[in-house]
Amino acid sequence: MKLLRVKPGHGEVVLAEGDVAVPEQYSRLLETFSRELDAGMWAAVPTSTHSGKREAELVRSFEDVPADAERVIFFPRAAGGG
Amino acid sequence: MALALGTAALMLGALLSVLALPHLRRSIDLARLRLSERTRQKRLALVDEYDPGRELRAEQRARTLLRSCVNEEDWAMYSELGFLRVWGTLEAQPYAYLIYPHKPILAYALSTNRMLGEYCIEFPDRTRPYGTTRLPDSDDVLAKWMALTADERALIEQANMHLAGRQIRIAKARRDLVRLACWERERSGSPRRAPRRAGSVSAL
Repeated sequence: MKLLRVKPGHGEVVLAEGDVAVPEQYSRLLETFSRELDAGMWAAVPTSTHSGKREAELVRSFEDVPADAERVIFFPRAAGGG
Repeated sequence: MALALGTAALMLGALLSVLALPHLRRSIDLARLRLSERTRQKRLALVDEYDPGRELRAEQRARTLLRSCVNEEDWAMYSELGFLRVWGTLEAQPYAYLIYPHKPILAYALSTNRMLGEYCIEFPDRTRPYGTTRLPDSDDVLAKWMALTADERALIEQANMHLAGRQIRIAKARRDLVRLACWERERSGSPRRAPRRAGSVSAL
């Protein structure tokens, strides 16, 4: 699983990468995930339905991330614009 | 007695203000000078921070990420037309949204192509890497797409709603819908032919 964050002036940045089945890697992923959420980021997992339609799922905790998710994308929290 | 004291106080005040005036003027001029110097330095720093090559690379990365998340048709729509369409799911009447980079999300009725409203939403990165809060264009579109497909109601409630035409001209939106319809007709119609060369004659 890859944890990515989109950033101004850079595009995506890989924050952490690892296998959730490996304990050390799991804890590193969990730590990074929590840090980004604490920093006010939103986390989304790109998914696709049985019909092939692509969509995303917002996750609010690491336990919500589907086990087969290949990546989680962090992006800044939405704010009403002018 | 009181009158004499009052008059003296007034005279003293007037005298002091006359004496202090040049100092005051000098202080104001100095403050103004410092402010303009600080603004100039800030502007220079911003110019230094802005790197068109970096912005271009960021946008390239953002496009690759967006492409990997949306389906092939949506990607083709975005790369050829400059916006994405997402179907709305909250109302009985069919409607959809157009997502433009760094512009409001535009809702329109599918049956009439009537513009329903603009939803102003931003994803400002408060950490301001490279001095800006703005995501690359395609990352902004991706953020809107992810938030909209994941939780349409939450995003719409978060957005500031305005009448259509406030930031995206209605004429432009209508033109985009016509372009979209043509584009879809072309894609769903006969299989694509290779463009004919000028002067060539099709075989019988």
